[in-house]
Amino acid sequence: MTEAKKTTIVLFSGDYDKAMAAYIIANGAAAYDHEVTIFHTFWGLNALRKDEEVLLPKKKSFMEKMFGKMMPRGADNMGLSRMNFAGMGPKMIKDVIKKHNAVPLPQLIELAKEQDVKLVACTMTMDLLGLQKEELFEDIEYAGVAGYLGDAQDGNVNLFI
Amino acid sequence: MNVDKVLDATGLACPMPIVKTKQEMKGMEAGQVLEIHTTDPGAKSDLTAWAKSTGNELLELQEDGDVLKFWIKKG
Repeated sequence: MTEAKKTTIVLFSGDYDKAMAAYIIANGAAAYDHEVTIFHTFWGLNALRKDEEVLLPKKKSFMEKMFGKMMPRGADNMGLSRMNFAGMGPKMIKDVIKKHNAVPLPQLIELAKEQDVKLVACTMTMDLLGLQKEELFEDIEYAGVAGYLGDAQDGNVNLFI
Repeated sequence: MNVDKVLDATGLACPMPIVKTKQEMKGMEAGQVLEIHTTDPGAKSDLTAWAKSTGNELLELQEDGDVLKFWIKKG
């Protein structure tokens, strides 16, 4: 085989179902021997959030605190893009996932890390939403649009979810 | 057929059959054969496409009730 192919995914959405689709494709592509990058921006950043409260070195402004409280803290706390039913939807979908032996989102993210999928956080939107590095997973990278394009221009599969 | 390893992926849903197959194949040598059992109906096209694109050879595919069996030779 020649040089490794590349897959890049922009995860813009912070919905459980959409993030699940993104991570299934990422894991599939990694199994296809692709070099895989997921670029998390806007609401998609929440997939990289730790689920516990973190002591922050930099104090948050009022708006940043509001954003922090209103956004899901970590993949497992995300809502559904359809049929969320004020939080009942995710419970139902997780039940169905279990019943069908599918892999829940937090484990898909772990699996992606094991398969060396490159997880990137967009620093500009981190700033907008007031997310600090300490709130996100340790083993990720930080970049902007040029960092994404650097990967995407050689991409064989480029998706925006 | 000479089978070097058997992977039981029954009950697992997408994307696990190909992820597990890839992981299993990683530890094998070229020319060795992996037998895979799965119950995911999508695996039929998934594993066929995977073998083709990753330079491995799908030797045989059998349907045994609900279980799909694949034999893939590492390229």
